[in-house]
Amino acid sequence: MNTLITLSAAGIVAMIGSVMKSRSWVLPFSIAALIIAGWFAAIEWNQNMILFGAMRMDNFAIAFSVVCFITATFVLIFDHQLNYAKNEHYTEVHAIVLFSLTGVLVMVSFTSLLMLFLGVEILSLSLYVLAGLHKRDLLSNESALKYFLMGSFSTGFLLFGIAMLYGATGSFMVSDIAYYLGLHKAQPEPFVVAGIIMLMIGLLFKVAVAPFHFWTPDVYQGAPTMVTGYMATAGKVAAFAALLRLFQFGLSPAAASYQSLISAVALLTMFIGNISALYQKGIKRMLAYSSIAHAGYLLLALLTAHDITNGTVLFYSIAYSLASLTAFTVVAILQSHKAADDVSAFNGLLKQNPLLALTFAIAMFSLAGIPPAAGFFAKFYIFSAAIREGWTWIVVIAVVNSFISVYYYFRPMIAAFMMKGHETSYTLSIGTQVLLVVLAVLTILIGILPGMLTALI
Amino acid sequence: MIAAGLLLLPLLFTFIILVTAGNYSRNIAMIGALGNLALVLFGWMQFDNGTTAQLYLNLMWVPSLGIQFQIGIDGISMILVLLTGFLYPFIIAATPKAEVKHPKSFYALMLTMQLGLMGVFMAGDAFLFYVFYELTLIPVYFICAIWGGERSIPVTLKFFIYTLAGSLFMLVAIIYLYFKTPGNHSFSIESFYHLSLSATEQSWIFWAFFLAFAVKIPIFPFHTWQPDTYTVAPVAGSMLLAGIMLKMGVYGLIRLVLPIVPDGVAAWGNTALVLCIIGIVYASLIAWRQHDLKRIVAYSSMAHVGLIAAGVFALNSYGLQGAMIQMFNHGVNVVAMFLLIDIIERRYQTRWIGELGGIAGQMKRLSVIFMVVMLGSIGLPLTNGFIGEFLLLMGIFSHNGWMSAFAGSTLILGAVYMFRLYRDVFLGEVKDHKITPADTMGWENYLLIPLCIVIIFMGLFPAVLLNVSASAVQHVLDIFNNVNPVVNG
Repeated sequence: MNTLITLSAAGIVAMIGSVMKSRSWVLPFSIAALIIAGWFAAIEWNQNMILFGAMRMDNFAIAFSVVCFITATFVLIFDHQLNYAKNEHYTEVHAIVLFSLTGVLVMVSFTSLLMLFLGVEILSLSLYVLAGLHKRDLLSNESALKYFLMGSFSTGFLLFGIAMLYGATGSFMVSDIAYYLGLHKAQPEPFVVAGIIMLMIGLLFKVAVAPFHFWTPDVYQGAPTMVTGYMATAGKVAAFAALLRLFQFGLSPAAASYQSLISAVALLTMFIGNISALYQKGIKRMLAYSSIAHAGYLLLALLTAHDITNGTVLFYSIAYSLASLTAFTVVAILQSHKAADDVSAFNGLLKQNPLLALTFAIAMFSLAGIPPAAGFFAKFYIFSAAIREGWTWIVVIAVVNSFISVYYYFRPMIAAFMMKGHETSYTLSIGTQVLLVVLAVLTILIGILPGMLTALI
Repeated sequence: MIAAGLLLLPLLFTFIILVTAGNYSRNIAMIGALGNLALVLFGWMQFDNGTTAQLYLNLMWVPSLGIQFQIGIDGISMILVLLTGFLYPFIIAATPKAEVKHPKSFYALMLTMQLGLMGVFMAGDAFLFYVFYELTLIPVYFICAIWGGERSIPVTLKFFIYTLAGSLFMLVAIIYLYFKTPGNHSFSIESFYHLSLSATEQSWIFWAFFLAFAVKIPIFPFHTWQPDTYTVAPVAGSMLLAGIMLKMGVYGLIRLVLPIVPDGVAAWGNTALVLCIIGIVYASLIAWRQHDLKRIVAYSSMAHVGLIAAGVFALNSYGLQGAMIQMFNHGVNVVAMFLLIDIIERRYQTRWIGELGGIAGQMKRLSVIFMVVMLGSIGLPLTNGFIGEFLLLMGIFSHNGWMSAFAGSTLILGAVYMFRLYRDVFLGEVKDHKITPADTMGWENYLLIPLCIVIIFMGLFPAVLLNVSASAVQHVLDIFNNVNPVVNG
């Protein structure tokens, strides 16, 4: 509860601040707000508190929301380092990010479908606005419009699904729905199945899995790069947490009716994500397709949704967020120095700035799932969970996909390490350097000692 | 604790290299490699040739999944640990100091590679084995891609993707086996030995493992990355790949495949054997037609290692013992061979046979040493190659006479292409009269003479190594036969 209040109050203060045209206080203020919000969340650990009968602050919700808070902190600091002088809407970014986090919090803790809907909308609206932040840039406009149209479309599905489930079960409460589905396990009504599928489609749009992924590359490319970083990390983590929560606590009794669908979607997503990424010239589009592929691996967790899977998904989210944040930050830094958005922008990066090249390489290793980076254990946990539940064949296909991905993850790395580039020099502030090092060290540390993290969950 | 030392030492020296100036990197790496060799030899003295892992260390790594940091050395590991420890100083010394750009990164990667290799050969936990197995890929990729010759980038990327593709299937198999272990599940390789798996499961797991190791070895038709990679890699990279890294594949076959899926091996072993033999004949024939010295060694290495793998699938103690000793000897020979070719290339600026000739008249010491190494690699009696190939062929013969006839053709073909090479390169007339190079010099002699001594010593006293692995190999065969008394019974 306190977390929610802190975030919304801080959002309002930042918003008022934007009217006053003074901005130097905003970053420390937002970071303080995020730390306080995180602290309020952390002290509720193991308390399992129910708020208004519509939200449950359990460990699941706290863990996922804290991951998003930390991600947001990184994004805000990087954004400050890169765009403080240039961005005329600097203060608004902070306000919107803080607001969006209230959406995240609602999404990871809902017990009623209505709250799920609210959370999804709060987060989505914030992201639409952030995507269009550069209002004089056509690509940014296109990105925001596309995101908004597609997002509204998916909201329609989501609402429709919720309405159908309400019609069938007479309740918005996830627990009631689970109870109802349990009673009618043998033969769920077509009405209910249709509702579940609608609900799924709505949420699958948000996590950008095939065939609902078409908006992703354009939106990722057009949005300001740090915003893309935020969408790809916190936005995705929250949506996955919501999906997991929905399936695990609400829909699992009807698992038989949707498992084959999920497995088909997962397969399609992995192939479309990875194979399309192979053909991308732009780095941001490549990362967008890579994020689609990763959503495909994560869907495997939904096939095995139970308590142990929570840790698996959380671990994956953290590993993926660390790597993606690093990657997007490096891309943003490169873009701030030169216009090129393709692989050639990385040529000779090792000589121009070894720190950027090395941290980017670690991020790529992690995304590709090669030990000792954290991404390896992330994939390992997901694959293990799927094999334990007897989905070995799907894991074999996921593995095939994993090594398709190596090819495109290596391209920018090869450019950075082995190609000759121009004599560009990148000046990074101490803060950026420290944060990049922190991200890289965490990626390796979690990869070597995954027990540190899993012990917490 | 010695096992732990073998991992800690390269790690420690990697850090020292990273924090000191680049000028010292080579010397520091050399001290690290020599220290590691000393530790290996010390471990060898303590070693009692038994079947169980000794000098071990066992820590919990990821308790929630039962992953242990379990390392130890038994007879099979010992030979490969010895090989790694012994060859490393040579590999580090192989490139002259002036020729390594960015020495800091180069030597740091070399030592990281040693850490990975030692880890693979000592791991007692399948998960740990996998992690080290993958860990070796990263440094060798960078070594070959950054310090390699023309076209090194696409070639090494192909190598990377091939080997990664193979090993990912192994990961799936390892996870599958993990969930088959009783109780709290374990990744310990020992616990995998006691599983009872159905014939179908064994077949699948056999192929998952086989694919991973076949790419690494490489066995036909998974070899296409190999000749190109050997050719473009810098000399140290070729040495690492051919001398040590591909032994990881054979080691994996002996350590994991034979004891864990005996029924799978019984069902598919002959198929694998046939693939190995096709590879042997094919690679020997291609080596015959090559004009680039490095490519000849690459293909001949593929033929020799194919024979080693064939020996493993002969499934008897001759074949396995032959494989063990031949892994060591092939490592020594191939490293010596690459070193010699590198010296020739540095003197004459070419590796093309057509442009070389009459070296024997210009560089007497080099040509004598080349002859010794060549005879070792052909497997002449009294050189190290003889006993290994003899045991391997005997093993294959007791498995199937016809197959041994085909496999044995490698000896004849090997002699043919090697003697042709010697004739064209060392005898006859000097092709380029402008170059009159100096014979092998100080540091080159220090590297080549010990290698020659080992080649002859192992030819005279092979028992030194055969005793080390004998009981451990028998142990593997016992596990294999107990579970599956029909085969080989």
